[in-house]
Amino acid sequence: MAYFDHNATTPIAPDVLAALVPVLSESYGNASSIHQHGQRAKQLLETARRQLAARLGCSPKEIVFTSGGTESNNLALAGSYRHIITSSLEHPAVAQPLARHPNLTVLQPNADGLITPAALQAALRPETGLVSIMHANNELGTLQPIAELAALAHDAGALFHSDGVQVPGRLPLNLNALGVDLYSLSGHKMYAPKGIGALYVRPGVELQPQLFGGRHESGRRAGTENIPGIVALGAAAARPLSSLTALRDRLESGLLAAVPDSIVNCAAAPRLPNTTNIRFAGLEGEALVIGLDLRGFSVSSGAACSSGAVEPSPALLAIGLTREQAKSCIRFSLGESNTPYEVDSLIAAVAASVAHLRKLSPTYV
Amino acid sequence: MSNGLIAVAMSGGVDSSAVAALLKKEGQPIVGMTMQLWNQRRLPELSTETSSGRCCSIDDVYDARYVSQFLGIPYYVVNFEDQFEQHVVRPFVDDYLNGRTPIPCTLCNNFIKFETFLEMASGIGAEKIATGHYARVSFDEPTGRYQLRRAVDATKDQTYFLLGLTQAQLSKTLFPLGHMLKTETRELAREAGLPVAEKQDSQEICFVPNGDYAAFIAAYAAEQGIALPEAGGDIVSQAGEVLGRHAGFHNYTVGQRRGLGVAAPEPLYVIATEPASNRVTVGSPADLLTTRLSIRDMNWISIAAPSDPIRAQVRIRNRHIPAPATLTLKDGLVEVEFDQPQRAVTPGQGAAVYDGDLVLGGGWIA
Repeated sequence: MAYFDHNATTPIAPDVLAALVPVLSESYGNASSIHQHGQRAKQLLETARRQLAARLGCSPKEIVFTSGGTESNNLALAGSYRHIITSSLEHPAVAQPLARHPNLTVLQPNADGLITPAALQAALRPETGLVSIMHANNELGTLQPIAELAALAHDAGALFHSDGVQVPGRLPLNLNALGVDLYSLSGHKMYAPKGIGALYVRPGVELQPQLFGGRHESGRRAGTENIPGIVALGAAAARPLSSLTALRDRLESGLLAAVPDSIVNCAAAPRLPNTTNIRFAGLEGEALVIGLDLRGFSVSSGAACSSGAVEPSPALLAIGLTREQAKSCIRFSLGESNTPYEVDSLIAAVAASVAHLRKLSPTYV
Repeated sequence: MSNGLIAVAMSGGVDSSAVAALLKKEGQPIVGMTMQLWNQRRLPELSTETSSGRCCSIDDVYDARYVSQFLGIPYYVVNFEDQFEQHVVRPFVDDYLNGRTPIPCTLCNNFIKFETFLEMASGIGAEKIATGHYARVSFDEPTGRYQLRRAVDATKDQTYFLLGLTQAQLSKTLFPLGHMLKTETRELAREAGLPVAEKQDSQEICFVPNGDYAAFIAAYAAEQGIALPEAGGDIVSQAGEVLGRHAGFHNYTVGQRRGLGVAAPEPLYVIATEPASNRVTVGSPADLLTTRLSIRDMNWISIAAPSDPIRAQVRIRNRHIPAPATLTLKDGLVEVEFDQPQRAVTPGQGAAVYDGDLVLGGGWIA
């Protein structure tokens, strides 16, 4: 089985697992306790916070640990703002908390999948309190010009949040240089387990807590700290980044050469080094995903709904594709365990599957 | 890719689960698939407390997934919502609004289960599909045709809903339950330890909660901006005498007795709904009887289209006992002359033509 769906989730890296397991069995203290068990837990908590801060280019006290990307986004967006600007590319964990806001502007990307500074500039108003634009899109891999967008928001007196869950495991980051006020990340997109995440909060930004209880995380997030998860996230943050650009480019150029009528979505935009989203004209992506799965390759298409069926991806519709076109797109997202051999096998399997599907398709000529 | 893979259409019910268990026991390579056909969160005004037995409820997907896990087979949910709306839901509503009484299950079989699903199954590398329908299919060497026969369990026979199947579709279809009684299916499910062995059968039209199709049509029309017919019109006798008022002709079905709101010395039944004049015609039980009907879009299954008149039995509703008749092809239609008058021949419903167990073909009552 070859796994090419790392934007959905990553496996736990072996060195992360090695850091995690002893904490589960031995370091069971509560970080709020006075005794040595508690002190050990507190040390692990703060070591992980420093590790993560070093990766993010921020100060440890600017990090709030959460249960994951969804909680980070909900926490970041909970303040009361008179006007909020977001984009149509956002993950539901941003789109849904904002959907109820009575005064919301949703920016559309250009055909390259980018929210341009000009588009944001035109939408900013004196009463705009918050701008939330995701850093890297999970479906397309497109990277938004966050530094420019954040600067524009600040010029207008607004805070800037970015959902960055796809980024820290793939690209170097410096949040201070990026200039964001709030930044969400998730452990399981960067080789740590599910159930752990973090929110970067620039000093002076008031958070509105969503969980009420003890004064954990400086009163910003109640609940006994998930020390095993936090240790794993710290260990994941301390790992060197592996470059996936060459492998992704091998896959992308290999697929374009082997499969006629295939188009890379948003190829002109800056993209994550591990992601390529390709439209194979004239077929159902769902059938391709299942066919590839039965041959041992895990890829994805669209957004899963509650039943497990696939809906056309909102991001693909946002860049101007029709429903039919969006349904014929496949996302390949690589990870550090993928090999050139796996990539070449995948190219051959996709080429065979696409040819088979197009032969059956009444619409593909 | 010759691997003999069979895609089993799994609804989460006992029948399709038993099919998967049966094929798995035979050692066939199978993959389970559930069709997501309708989003139950659409038209929220129709939502009911009990979602089980309705199409694509999360509970049913849960059950199908559980059975697949239990059997250790790969399982996928496939999204056919767009196709289902285009080929089943929209025509269902349009038919009612045009004074016909549609049978969505047949449309679903024709366009979704044995078309879209078959394409998906072929696309993922399966060579055949298997469903939990009670019907039998076999290849007849002398005629070179795939033949469709009624199920061994006459009370469960579903051939009426399969009257649109083509030779190409039948050549790739397995109905493993066609030789079994429903009681045997349940027994098989129990013996296999399937978690759905005691689950109740679903009954009504799957996307219409509680069988209230008038409420569904109203909600769907509102969502789609389709103009409903005038809310009121005359209920008339066959002589044209006004007997009362109706609440929109699309709320009435031929043969319907209840809910007319007309006081009369003898029971009255709906004889016809007439969109053009916005009238509902009612009459006595005798007025419902007819000896003739025409079948349009006739699909010949087990035999080639006959050039001479044939004797056969024709079924005009799922529960109707096929009635002896003489069939004549004329101007692209099949003219049916019953030996005995039949009750409530309803335009828009299917007409299935049998020779004993053999399904000769079927089409739509014109």
